[in-house]
Amino acid sequence: MLTALVLILLFPLLIGVALLFKSIPLLNADSIVNLLFSDNWAPNSGKFGFWPFIFSSLYVTVLSFIFSAPLCLLAAIYLTEFASARLIRIMHPVIDILAGIPSVIYGMWGILVIVPFVGDYLAPVFGLNSSGYSILAGGIVLAIMCIPYMLNMLIETFKSVPYGLKEAGFSLGATHWETIKHIVIRKSRPGIISAFGLGMAKAFGETLAVMMVVGNIARITGNPFEAGYPLPALIANNYGEMLSIPLYDSALMFAALVLFVVVLLINLVFRYLIIASNPAKV
Amino acid sequence: MQKRKTIEERVFRILTGVACYSLIGILGYIIFIIFNKGFSSLTLDMVTKLPSGGYYYGGEGGVLNAIVGSLYIAGGATLIAIILGVPAALYINSHLIRYKRTQNTVRYILDSLWGVPSIVYGAFGFTLMIWLGMSASLLAGIITVAFLITPIVIRSFDEALSTIPIGLQEAALSLGSTKSQTAFKVLLKQGFSGLVTAILLAFGRAIGDAASVLFTAGYTDLIPTNLDEPAATLPLSIFFQLSSPIPAVRERAYAAAAILTIIILIISISARYFAKHYSKENIK
Amino acid sequence: MNTLTAKNTDTLMEPRAIRKTKPESAISIKNLNVHAGSHHILNNINLEIPKNKVTVLLGPSGCGKTTLLKSLNKLTDLYKELDVSGSVFIGKDDILNSNHNIPALRQKMGLLSQKPYPLPVSIFKNVAYGLKLKGVKDKKLIAYNVEQKLKEVGLWEEVKDRLHSSADSLSIGQQQRLCLARGLAVKPQIILADEPTSALDPVSSKIIEERFRELKKYYTIVIVTHILRQAQRLADNVVFMHYGKIIEQGTPEAVLKNPQSSQLKEYLVDGF
Repeated sequence: MLTALVLILLFPLLIGVALLFKSIPLLNADSIVNLLFSDNWAPNSGKFGFWPFIFSSLYVTVLSFIFSAPLCLLAAIYLTEFASARLIRIMHPVIDILAGIPSVIYGMWGILVIVPFVGDYLAPVFGLNSSGYSILAGGIVLAIMCIPYMLNMLIETFKSVPYGLKEAGFSLGATHWETIKHIVIRKSRPGIISAFGLGMAKAFGETLAVMMVVGNIARITGNPFEAGYPLPALIANNYGEMLSIPLYDSALMFAALVLFVVVLLINLVFRYLIIASNPAKV
Repeated sequence: MQKRKTIEERVFRILTGVACYSLIGILGYIIFIIFNKGFSSLTLDMVTKLPSGGYYYGGEGGVLNAIVGSLYIAGGATLIAIILGVPAALYINSHLIRYKRTQNTVRYILDSLWGVPSIVYGAFGFTLMIWLGMSASLLAGIITVAFLITPIVIRSFDEALSTIPIGLQEAALSLGSTKSQTAFKVLLKQGFSGLVTAILLAFGRAIGDAASVLFTAGYTDLIPTNLDEPAATLPLSIFFQLSSPIPAVRERAYAAAAILTIIILIISISARYFAKHYSKENIK
Repeated sequence: MNTLTAKNTDTLMEPRAIRKTKPESAISIKNLNVHAGSHHILNNINLEIPKNKVTVLLGPSGCGKTTLLKSLNKLTDLYKELDVSGSVFIGKDDILNSNHNIPALRQKMGLLSQKPYPLPVSIFKNVAYGLKLKGVKDKKLIAYNVEQKLKEVGLWEEVKDRLHSSADSLSIGQQQRLCLARGLAVKPQIILADEPTSALDPVSSKIIEERFRELKKYYTIVIVTHILRQAQRLADNVVFMHYGKIIEQGTPEAVLKNPQSSQLKEYLVDGF
């Protein structure tokens, strides 16, 4: 039993070491700062600047956060404070099911709905020309994927606010909304921050759904109607030629390492925040 | 003052309500689109025939290769995850039960592992595969997915086990059984519904994940007959066939999406049913 | 509606002399019923709570006394599964059926719950919160009030040097007194307390009880308790409840020394 547990706890170390090991040839060839922040991506001439990919990843992640976070926060407040008991009973399985739907399905929905919406309707409104396969489409699809995940965590957070605290607010003469604003949200702050952080980590590491709608062209652009190329998509798209170009395999494994480290760190930090703010559970 | 408060209250009540119902609307719309597209393409041929003429170009046939491949990979990975995960979860709730700090640290690490993107598992599995001299195959896919879902099996089984009162274990211990015997007998019996839920959850994740099998399982139009042959999966068959220029091939992707969604729905609903139905029989 | 008019004519027809001897009510409860699904938590409660007296609600756990207390300031709103009907008059206002300005009505009552629930802000802001809700902006006035109320509950000396640290840093007993000060700061007429000492150590319990004995000069106090000795020490008026019904009520001497009903007799035997 212990062996099984120890083996599993060694997973992260194992993953980290294996990916690091594969990245060493690349790290020997160039400095890490250069790799991360140079925008010169030309594998055939041995130039591996990851900045366009990291930039795209950050861009879609931030966009998805902007779309999903306020919606989730408001919806979670509604479900825990205002909604009827029946709606909550219905919503629980619905959220669960949506959280379980594979990313490729969200990607397909993105191609069928979001891409034409962005390309045919939204871009012309701004006087732009867009195929629809764009950073914006990636952000929207990611936002929708993250909704069930974040919503679940936020509902849990709000539910854990003791009734006694809300009663205190009510009895002091606060309206229901004032109680929510001053007490429930304040008490839940660590939980809200964690839910947002973990939601962003999920968006940052998400692969297929984004890759299917984001266009996959490596360049740095501030225009959300243009295509982007996030890190996970880079890995997923190029594994085929990985072994035919020198250092390319090392470069892709380095990209995986960056993803792994970033997402693991975010997870460790925000999960620690949840534990630290909830002493009763420890 | 009072009026302003009343208005503010009303505004936010409406705002949160609109947010909530629009989420329900969006999410309902997704399901609608998937089924609407999927059911019109979903014929008997889809589930009983292999794709003919290649997954990218041919039009005839179905996605049986992907259905069988997915079941093989998810089934195999779940089996490995159970073998590794169940003893680990039992250990956390028996031997570690007096060491809250260790218990919490272990849970903390496992939860964080749960968040690691599947593409990272895919890259790791690929590295391992090259290292072991294997090629993209059913076995490599199974191993990679097993890595991905083992933390899920442990943590969700562990969640169920942690609600079992310590007193029950103590009772068994006082009757003279060893810690491991206690763990296996008492906890397994009491936590059985939790275990089923954990397995269903892990299976659902395994069958839906694409990024981890992208490099490791390969892709084929045939049904694998051996562990070292490549295997197709439903998510990848959606992904590849959707990018085909031929409408008939894309139809196969829609059908595969509907099949995958139905499988996920069945898993979710039965997990819920198990969690509810069987936890009633437990001693609380 | 019928009962209301009947009541009004009763009071009108009552001779003056009798009306004077009858104690004035701070709260009057009429036909209060609370259901949770098929479970009848409060069964047709009619009760007058006398002004500037301590009324103790007594009874075995699950008898509905906490629900009754929470109905008094309509905290039942928070529990979606509860179905409340009837009236609770605070003065002339029926808090259960008036749909305007419930918060202002609630401010006539301070609440002290079983466990202290300090707001997730500083000690100072905890006491100042009610005033802020009332729209008081004057900083000096707020500071003065905070100091006064903290003195009233005997907490000032202990916290005056760390008013701006988190309220969570206080001990449980101190937190409960802080919650009392917070409730008093909105200048209520009534204090509702739900087993206010059950989570406290003996010393803090004693302090809270002493405060109550002083406070009853200025406030109407309703306490839920299951501690008989506490009921005897504090009560002017005892209400015994059993399965959602009021079984007996009266002075502690009458009710506790000379129980009439079998339920109360049984309860007193078990309790001592």
